[in-house]
Amino acid sequence: MGGNSGKKISLNLKIYRQERKGIKGKMVDYLLTEVSTDMSFLEMLDMLNEKLIKDGEDPVAFDHDCREGICGMCSLMINGEAHGPEKETTTCQLHVRKFRDGQTIVIEPFRAKAFPVLKDLMVDRSALDEIIIAGGFVSLNAGNAPDANATPVPRNNAELAMDAAACVGCGACVASCANASAMLFTSAKISQLALLPQGKVEARKRVLDMVKKMDELGFGNCTNEAECEASCPKGIKITNIARMNREFLTATIAANN
Amino acid sequence: MSSNKLDAKIPEGPIEKKWDNHIFKSKLVNPANKRNYRVIIVGTGLAGASAASTLAELGYNVLAFCIQDSPRRAHSIAAQGGINAAKNYPNDGDSVWRLFYDTVKGGDYRAREANVYRLAQVSNNIIDQCVGQGVPFARDYGGYLDNRSFGGAQVSRTFYARGQTGQQLLLGAYSSMMKEVKSGKIKILARREMVELVKVNNRARGIIARNLTTGELEKYSADAVILATGGYGNAYYLSTNAMASNGSAIYRAYKQGAFFANPCFTQIHPTCIPISGTHQSKLTLMSESLRNDGRIWVSKKKGDTRAPSDIPEEDRDYYLERIYPSFGNLVPRDVASRNAKKVCDDGRGAGASGLSVYLDFKDAIKRDGENVIKEKYGNLFDMYERITDENPYRGPMRIYPAVHYTMGGLWVDYNLMSTIEGLFVLGEANFSDHGANRLGASALMQGLADGYFIIPYTLGNYFASNKFEKINTDNNAFTEAFDKAQKFFNKLMTIKGARSAEDIHKQLGRVMWEYVGMGRNEAGLKKAIAEIPKIREEFWNNLKIPGETNNVNVELEKAGRVADFLEMAELMAMDALERKESCGGHFREEAQTEENEAKRDDANFSHVAAWEYQGDNKTPIRHKEELTFEDVKIAQRSYK
Repeated sequence: MGGNSGKKISLNLKIYRQERKGIKGKMVDYLLTEVSTDMSFLEMLDMLNEKLIKDGEDPVAFDHDCREGICGMCSLMINGEAHGPEKETTTCQLHVRKFRDGQTIVIEPFRAKAFPVLKDLMVDRSALDEIIIAGGFVSLNAGNAPDANATPVPRNNAELAMDAAACVGCGACVASCANASAMLFTSAKISQLALLPQGKVEARKRVLDMVKKMDELGFGNCTNEAECEASCPKGIKITNIARMNREFLTATIAANN
Repeated sequence: MSSNKLDAKIPEGPIEKKWDNHIFKSKLVNPANKRNYRVIIVGTGLAGASAASTLAELGYNVLAFCIQDSPRRAHSIAAQGGINAAKNYPNDGDSVWRLFYDTVKGGDYRAREANVYRLAQVSNNIIDQCVGQGVPFARDYGGYLDNRSFGGAQVSRTFYARGQTGQQLLLGAYSSMMKEVKSGKIKILARREMVELVKVNNRARGIIARNLTTGELEKYSADAVILATGGYGNAYYLSTNAMASNGSAIYRAYKQGAFFANPCFTQIHPTCIPISGTHQSKLTLMSESLRNDGRIWVSKKKGDTRAPSDIPEEDRDYYLERIYPSFGNLVPRDVASRNAKKVCDDGRGAGASGLSVYLDFKDAIKRDGENVIKEKYGNLFDMYERITDENPYRGPMRIYPAVHYTMGGLWVDYNLMSTIEGLFVLGEANFSDHGANRLGASALMQGLADGYFIIPYTLGNYFASNKFEKINTDNNAFTEAFDKAQKFFNKLMTIKGARSAEDIHKQLGRVMWEYVGMGRNEAGLKKAIAEIPKIREEFWNNLKIPGETNNVNVELEKAGRVADFLEMAELMAMDALERKESCGGHFREEAQTEENEAKRDDANFSHVAAWEYQGDNKTPIRHKEELTFEDVKIAQRSYK
């Protein structure tokens, strides 16, 4: 029975270490033995840290919080893949049983010009908040809203909006893109709001503002490699990027008129 | 008699008019003057984010603090099931009155009537607000909002966004916050942890925060401080809370004079994925909607090591269906949890550890087909398989209860103000609306009610009713609090012992789960009260924190939180010991009926217990706020 297999394996970890922001980092090797295959990937790192603390060494810093795959705080490039090898799964939901005894695992931070490393595997992703600040909202003040059922929304639109809204803002799309583009992230928010009547009023201004901010922050462009879609732990589709491009085009034409 | 230190400030008049009367009688801040006030909000979950955006919309200046890297990550995000409101869209007989009544009853008559009524009243505005923000709630084919029945409610009043309602509501509140960041009214201070509350002339006027990136301590002043930092379930180490969820902000406010109400009221959720080993760092909840179709059972034989598929029907005990024929598997959370513990204590638990029970979909799959079950619960089944490597379509799931929510919290009056003037407490961090047990889909409702629709009125009244001298962080009170915080962290760093904060936290968690968990008795609670100070001593003598203070130092962060849990745990045990009745999530084994059900003692315990700190190693004083029920008829809960 998987849940309590009792199986133990050894792992060769190669982990990126950087003491603080703004300095050079390096890869460091660690051998970890007696790792239960029932552990989550982050529990395996907890185990490593417990060992490092006992040995008087600095533990590896990494971001995480809910450990349920929903908060978007965990990250990590695992053997070159954002969130590791399992499809539509965040790092915190990845388990050691997906790795072989004796396997080498390379663990690096999410890398992008807009995501500076703070320490070890911890990066600053506040640039994603900046994109939302540029326009990822409906300008509704509390108290203004009409009755929730006043405007019916076609079920299909609501479902597509929900698909896009499922983005957890982890930045895997940026980290896995050769151009460090944030288009999947940005387009998910633009799509969600463009698909709903509540978001329509500001749709044109929104797309122009958010795309402009994305460019300013140093995120790259999309060259249709779809690496973002492949690495997304929430299955956000690149059709959202196509929708954003259509919205952008319409808004640009309208602005020029 | 209620303590004279506790004035709940419940407005006069019939219950359905209290809130409207109160709003009308509240003083207003002139629109042009609002920009002269600054508010600190600690925490950006549903309560904190909704308060931040709404207060900024009104024109106040808001400083919003969160420990995560972005306000969007707070643990409200993990709520799956939904949010209640009394819209009565399904035309099935719901009303504000019914939602109010159900919530008071569900809380086992240990909540304040007037607060709960107001919660039910504003519930409908919340849904309007969220839809307006673009929250993609589930809809029917006509395009109207879909509702489901949840947590044993007799009406369908729960709005949901797939299994991700908390996430979608939080992203809605977060987007409203971002709108106000753009307008310049909110400043986000992410990766910062409040370490001290600062009082000037007995009013809350600021905080000291630790910048988790640089390690620096920072001073912030304001005209009021709002704590919306969630619950303290991680006192048990293992819970469904996020790893960084902690009780430090409310506990440090408690040490400054904010009373802590009903600290022992903890909700233990029945449908969590069981523990797989000592490496376990947290527990994962699965929506209780699973109990709508899953049947819960264990073997009739003690120590049965057979695989579930080898246990024939006649050897299975569907114990909830047997004991509670009318509610069966849908009994409330506390009843389901307690019975799971009972059969496991009896030696009939499932799995290698014996600490789980089966949740079986065999009959539902046979009745409705695998596709129907997949449509309803597919994402939960996938999650279960990812974590346990067991396929729940082929064999039963295994579940076990886990600490999930804390109904207790800082005592607040009707205005959501604590016993410290100018310190307001919202959401799970306060004690106010759920009594001794919270109903499903009510946490999201309360967090957003507090933030969007209550604090904007009551905070304005506080500002308009008082004069505020201008202060800044040069004030002595800030220097003192700063020095105190610095000493605290230096002390932690200089212990240089042998054990990690995590390791000691696990030790505390085991004592809490054993003696202050699902079943509590006098001997066990006394044992916990004797054990906890020993662990605390071990912590202060044998803790090891590598690294330095002036950098990212996750171990130092954890240690600060564990230091507080080690004191708070004792308070929880003391409160549980004093409350010699069973009510809601608090089950005192001495107080049960002949049929082993919880036995409330209304004559002696129909009150809120609010604890006042007296200093280190001194016994705090237990104050009482008597609860009176004028509109709800008190009855013993029965689910047979």
